[in-house]
Amino acid sequence: MSTDNQWLLRVRNLTKIYGEPGGRTLELTGPEFNSNICPDTDSIVACAGISFDLYAGEVLGIVGESGSGKSTVVKLLYFDLEKTSGGAWLAPYEQGHANILEASGQQKRRIRNYLMGMVYQNPREGLNFGFSSGGNIAEKLIMAGQMHVGGIRERASYLLEKTEIPVRRMDDTPATFSGGMQQRVQISKAIANNPPLLFLDEVTTGLDVSVQARVLDLIRELQQELGIAMIVVSHDLSVIRMLTDRTLVMKNGRIVESGLTDQILQDPQHAYTQLLVSSLL
Amino acid sequence: MIENKKFRSRYNFAFIDEATKKEIRRKLLKAVAIPGYQCPYSSPEMPIARGWGTGGLHVTLAIIGRDDVFKIIDQGSDASVNACNLRDFVHAMTGCRTTFDTREATLIQTRHRITEEFLTDKQIYIFQVPQPEPLRAVERYEYRTRQMHGEADYAKMWVSLYESFVRHGDIMLGAGYPVKVNGRYIMASSPIPRWDIPNFHQAETLYLFGAGREKRLYAIPPHTTVEPLEFEDVRFHIEDFNGENCYQTGHRKAFLDELYLDDGSKKYVVNDSNFLDKLKLGKSTHPFTNPYINQIKA
Repeated sequence: MSTDNQWLLRVRNLTKIYGEPGGRTLELTGPEFNSNICPDTDSIVACAGISFDLYAGEVLGIVGESGSGKSTVVKLLYFDLEKTSGGAWLAPYEQGHANILEASGQQKRRIRNYLMGMVYQNPREGLNFGFSSGGNIAEKLIMAGQMHVGGIRERASYLLEKTEIPVRRMDDTPATFSGGMQQRVQISKAIANNPPLLFLDEVTTGLDVSVQARVLDLIRELQQELGIAMIVVSHDLSVIRMLTDRTLVMKNGRIVESGLTDQILQDPQHAYTQLLVSSLL
Repeated sequence: MIENKKFRSRYNFAFIDEATKKEIRRKLLKAVAIPGYQCPYSSPEMPIARGWGTGGLHVTLAIIGRDDVFKIIDQGSDASVNACNLRDFVHAMTGCRTTFDTREATLIQTRHRITEEFLTDKQIYIFQVPQPEPLRAVERYEYRTRQMHGEADYAKMWVSLYESFVRHGDIMLGAGYPVKVNGRYIMASSPIPRWDIPNFHQAETLYLFGAGREKRLYAIPPHTTVEPLEFEDVRFHIEDFNGENCYQTGHRKAFLDELYLDDGSKKYVVNDSNFLDKLKLGKSTHPFTNPYINQIKA
């Protein structure tokens, strides 16, 4: 990769196809066909040809309707899914020279623990409901080599305080928490090791408006305080407007438009983006 | 008439046929070469049900020779049903001499205890293992636990210890305390009490583990580093029996059983039956020592 090293994460041609793709699968799918199912082979193109750079401390939004492949992109980058093709480079890993998607399982786990955090739409994916909320945060800390119970509890209570969860609930399981609290536990787990990069996958979906606002405030605060780069996936344009600097618009597994968030919302170029903006704002 | 020698005895020496013994020995060599690694093996049918000590029996029968002196204990006792029946079986199948005396035995099979008496490099110690997978409590899928062992991904295990400490103020694992072998694999301790765990570390003897139902063998070779899992500030410790002594011998530095006598009173007695007999007869003993036992005031 090139040496003009401002980017934190570089993604090139990231593609995920379910089923056996044929020779013309990529030609016959996409927004022009309004479909991501290949008519020849019935394989499904979850996302294809995704390329972008993310800079340190920047917040990038990915917006699109459901099924447009936006969650697939972050799940590929967080190693929850195996890519079909393409690459991603992370500046702090091997000075950005090695494709993280081709690292070994052990290295991937290391990258996940030290360099990334993920907040899922459903807290059950990101948290272990059999463990206490402190235990969930401890898992991340232990994976990074923290073996001192006192130290773990100190860090966990700091993080819970930061995310406005009463510290005396640290030893309760997230199952006994409200949806908004569960989401905030997920956030504290995700940032436990001060990762430079955070993925937020539909974090406010399913929360009521006032709780949504508090979670968004929290994310904004953390971003400004800790300078974490984020990729925010949402179908909600108001979330995107509130949090992000730059936005990618996806449809049928492809990026149809990208640019500054304000610009996209004020002056959408692509027909689909125009539809999205006019229907949601 | 030509005498039919082939079918004169009904069983091969030590019951298992030679080809299968060879297979088990090969897997034992692999297990010794990778301390703490669970090595799959064939687990042949035995005349007892799987889960009743077949794993230990497989190992015993695969390595026993005509000159071996065999001892078997169950929860420290030579006299329990499981031990008696397996002793009779091994004796009937091999003709080997059996003993109660720990010092005399060359091959000791056990369920749930290590003997109080020190084990030497002339002895081999064989465990019957009911659950060889230390991660089973935190991960129910076998393919996942194998992956976790492969990548040394033990965070979940550690979190379960953390949770135990947070909920109960201590790591509440009485038997089967997980250990890290040779700095790599986390291993189930077969389940023996905490008291016996430090005796794995840098031992003179070879420890072999057999789980017949789960078809796994593993081993701790002599002079291997074995550490119980502990946090920097929450340390492993052994049982203290409320500071009581054995009511028959007054002995303190041994694993004690809790007994309720006929008058309802509670007493403690040395668990290892051979060790108790020797103490009662005033014979000399050579018990294990380790930093944990040394801390106990006699």
